[in-house]
Amino acid sequence: MIKEYLAEQYDIAVIGGGHAGIEAALAPARLGCRTVMFTINLDWVGNMPCNPSIGGTAKGHLVRELDALGGEMGKAADATTLQSRMLNRGKGPAVYSLRAQIDRREYCTYMKHAVELQENLDVKQAEIVHIEKRDDGLWHCITRLGADYACKCVILATGTFLGGRIYIGEVNYESGPDGNFPATELAASLKKLNIPLRRFKTGTPARVDRASIDFSKLEVQDGDPDTVPFSFSSTEKPKNKVVCHIGYTNDETKKVILENLHRSPLYAGDIEGVGPRYCPSIEDKIVRFADKQRHQMFVEPCGENTEEMYLQGMSSSLPEEVQLKFYRTIPGLENVKVMRAAYAIEYDCIDPLALYATLEIKEQPGLYGAGQFNGSSGYEEAAAQGFVAGVNAAHKVLGREPLILSRSSSYIGTLIDDLVTKGCSDPYRMMTSRSEYRLLLRQDNADERMMPTGYALGLVGEEDYQRFLKRIELKNQEIERVNHTFLAPNPNLNAMLQEKGTAPLTTGTRLADLIKRPQLDYKCLAPFDPDRPELSDNICEKVEIEIKYEGYIKRQQAAVDEMLRLENKAIPVDFDYSAIKGLRLEAVEKLNKVRPDNIGQASRISGVSPADISVLLIYLSK
Amino acid sequence: MSVRTIAAIATPLGEGGISVIRISGEDAISIADKCFYAFSGKALSALDGYMAAYGKVVDNNGSALDDAVALVFRAPKSYTGENVVEISVHGGTVIARQVLRRVLECGAVLATGGEFTKRAFLNGKLDLTKAESVMGLISARNDAAAKISRGAREGRISRDTQDILNKLLETAASLAAFADYPDEDIPNLNEENFAALLDECRFKCEKLISTYDTGRIIREGINCAIVGKPNVGKSTLMNMLCGSDRSIVTNIAGTTRDVVETTVNIGDVTLNLADTAGIHDTNDTVEKFGVDKAKEKIDNAELLLAVFDNSSAIDNDDRQLLGSIKDKKCIIILNKTDLPQQFDKQELSCFETIEISAREGNGMAELCSAINRVCKLEMLSPDDTVLINERQRDCVNRALNAVVSASDALAYGMTLDAVGVCIDDAIAALLELTGKRVTNEVCDEIFKRFCVGK
Repeated sequence: MIKEYLAEQYDIAVIGGGHAGIEAALAPARLGCRTVMFTINLDWVGNMPCNPSIGGTAKGHLVRELDALGGEMGKAADATTLQSRMLNRGKGPAVYSLRAQIDRREYCTYMKHAVELQENLDVKQAEIVHIEKRDDGLWHCITRLGADYACKCVILATGTFLGGRIYIGEVNYESGPDGNFPATELAASLKKLNIPLRRFKTGTPARVDRASIDFSKLEVQDGDPDTVPFSFSSTEKPKNKVVCHIGYTNDETKKVILENLHRSPLYAGDIEGVGPRYCPSIEDKIVRFADKQRHQMFVEPCGENTEEMYLQGMSSSLPEEVQLKFYRTIPGLENVKVMRAAYAIEYDCIDPLALYATLEIKEQPGLYGAGQFNGSSGYEEAAAQGFVAGVNAAHKVLGREPLILSRSSSYIGTLIDDLVTKGCSDPYRMMTSRSEYRLLLRQDNADERMMPTGYALGLVGEEDYQRFLKRIELKNQEIERVNHTFLAPNPNLNAMLQEKGTAPLTTGTRLADLIKRPQLDYKCLAPFDPDRPELSDNICEKVEIEIKYEGYIKRQQAAVDEMLRLENKAIPVDFDYSAIKGLRLEAVEKLNKVRPDNIGQASRISGVSPADISVLLIYLSK
Repeated sequence: MSVRTIAAIATPLGEGGISVIRISGEDAISIADKCFYAFSGKALSALDGYMAAYGKVVDNNGSALDDAVALVFRAPKSYTGENVVEISVHGGTVIARQVLRRVLECGAVLATGGEFTKRAFLNGKLDLTKAESVMGLISARNDAAAKISRGAREGRISRDTQDILNKLLETAASLAAFADYPDEDIPNLNEENFAALLDECRFKCEKLISTYDTGRIIREGINCAIVGKPNVGKSTLMNMLCGSDRSIVTNIAGTTRDVVETTVNIGDVTLNLADTAGIHDTNDTVEKFGVDKAKEKIDNAELLLAVFDNSSAIDNDDRQLLGSIKDKKCIIILNKTDLPQQFDKQELSCFETIEISAREGNGMAELCSAINRVCKLEMLSPDDTVLINERQRDCVNRALNAVVSASDALAYGMTLDAVGVCIDDAIAALLELTGKRVTNEVCDEIFKRFCVGK
């Protein structure tokens, strides 16, 4: 046993300096709590060990919501964007999703400096090997070097480091991501606390040398000509500095992979961890979608000052030689040089049913989890949870009310409710289809949904908040104006209408009704709308969507209102489900495990049937 | 919730061969053990589920009431999901009541109407539509009502809804994949297939809703008015239908000045019958009042029996009446076929017409089948799905509205996320129908219908 020494006391300790750890450390420090963040490698704060990008479907929503609450991720992404695209244009505003290629090194530099500069926050390179609650009522975090940090709350944001093991073909070894040390002893320490840990796995494709790619055989994918920042406080539009490329696998790729499938640790049965269903490896895709002719591959630069290129969609745990062989079957990659091999990594994480919606571990008051530790996958999911865990730990220290975001308020609320209510059997990835309120939870209105909360928390600055209020005022005025402005038929307008394939006007028509036509948008009517004020892109977008989708938004709002009636039926804490006759045994077990706050949450637990809910309702209304 | 053990006679009262007394609840087996002794000497509590014992039911003095067979069901494998004992005794009201009384003495309480079903629902043994149908079955007053309830009991509503649901869920899933994987080369949705699928769902919802009217007619009867100009025999028809002199019949035109109402059973269906004043221009204040009321009845009735006189030629009053009823559900009754024909039947060619002589009582069978035909009752087979209450109709109606909105959004060219919102609503409404989704409305319904919590 190493000799311990009492190092320092903090309100809050965060174990991990990834995307979850950063937000989990910044939020409490900004709320005035003395906070420390431990990371195994201080050079890799905010590392992106997988794809060099932030956002995507539903993930872009998470980033904007987090930004409106006062998180850091959106600002860092805007500052280090290489290329920006709004996905799903044309599929409707509910699913517009912002995604940006990020300079990986620059992002780390930005984030490292942000945490270093943060008041009340100390950042330390140290491996925590043991945590326990001692008689003084404090959590003690012991480093490998024997330093003992006593803290009121601890947030576990251990990512793939916890019990990490890398698999490449027949080779496997203990390791964290990107050649970092794993946190092996901490896993043993957590098991002693009876925390229900299990194994998940994830994987990443190879990084290859730009000079070895024949780009003439690949399709170019440009950024959007008109870009949108993630952060509501970013005043400049990110610039597109790079292009990405698209390539395709073929029959030869399939053949190489199938011939070598027995050498995959997954198919050989070496890996026990469950991988992400929604982000499968290339060998998984080829086996599961056997009838698909080809699979897409995106070639993405990792940064401006590196020649490393990321091959999105091509993650693999096949042996290195097989990787090289199948990558080289892809047109454009015939002579590709691999700089880092693809690998699968297996790690320990908690069964999230053991968490409250505050992300506190039910049986371990003061201990919180965030990110991959909670069974999720993805940088954005991690950051969102890190923020919520950080705020809740701080509020516990400060004696304030917990922060619980509802499903109908945000994707963040949906993410956490899904994790702690339904649990997850594979790494949880956010998708727009996870939300039943997609048309309300849009990326354009994340500020309207979250910023009042962020301001009330004290994490959104006065200046940002006043700008937000002004934005909403202008939006409302413009909607009012558009609803009361009539356009008379005129030859120019009618020519435009006919060109767009919609009926010309024969009589004065409300501007709002024209915007409602699917063929038209707010912008194309500007020449015929002389009184239109100068408004920002975001306000124009909000106005257009709220008018165009008015009926559908109302329909969805009605569904929210109905659900809220069940959410408002609270279930007392320490409610004894086993005392209710009529509940099935399975339901009693599940309800006792999850301990839902209300009937709405109870109704989402798998294994609890509608009949069980009826019984509960009847019992509670007595 | 204290769940008491309940008991009731489960077979119809009367002279049957066997009567069954059902006991359900946690203490069902121990209660049965107090009054039933197996000839084998083995207690019921020693039996596994689905085991039967032959023995006798004894009163509190130990004397036998009857020989009996006791069948033991153990929770959750029983109708109610609780422990159940069914005691079969010899038929006859007296014995069954004595045994029931004895069971109640031993600690069970008398089940209220539908309570076994309520428990089955609360224990997840029946879905909501099935439970509702059992309640309907219990309160059914005629064969047709029992028939449709039985259909629902067998899960036809759930089955038909599931069919629509599967299509909608499949659509919702492809919409989700389309939105969530912008980077995968998932083929674009085929909007034509998509529209066709929505049309199919719309058609199925409409069909389901149309069954509600049939169901309601069967349960509550159909509001039916007898109309026609004076002295064509409306009151004679009324009296023929109800088999008594309900209306005063004279040969003086305008004898019926107010509306005379009664309820009669014709074949499968109950008619809430109204005899009205003859419609014609009149200056008599009282008669005019009656005529106005008759016209109001034409507007409100669900079925019109329009009577014409076979023995006189068609006139303007007749033509006017035909004009005012042509869009209504109606049957033309050409009366007085016992007299020589003067009426031009060509004028009735586009109406459902039957010929009768009300005075002689001819044509009753034809009238019955015409009513069944017009009310679409003849097509009702035991295999038909029929919505049996307003709640169910409301759910399907909401689903229909949402599906129509989805079709409209698609046809109008709205983006698919708007279409998706509508499809989600339709799915929610259908899940609510079968109780697979719990909402306040469903729970209110449970309270109302099953009197739970009292």
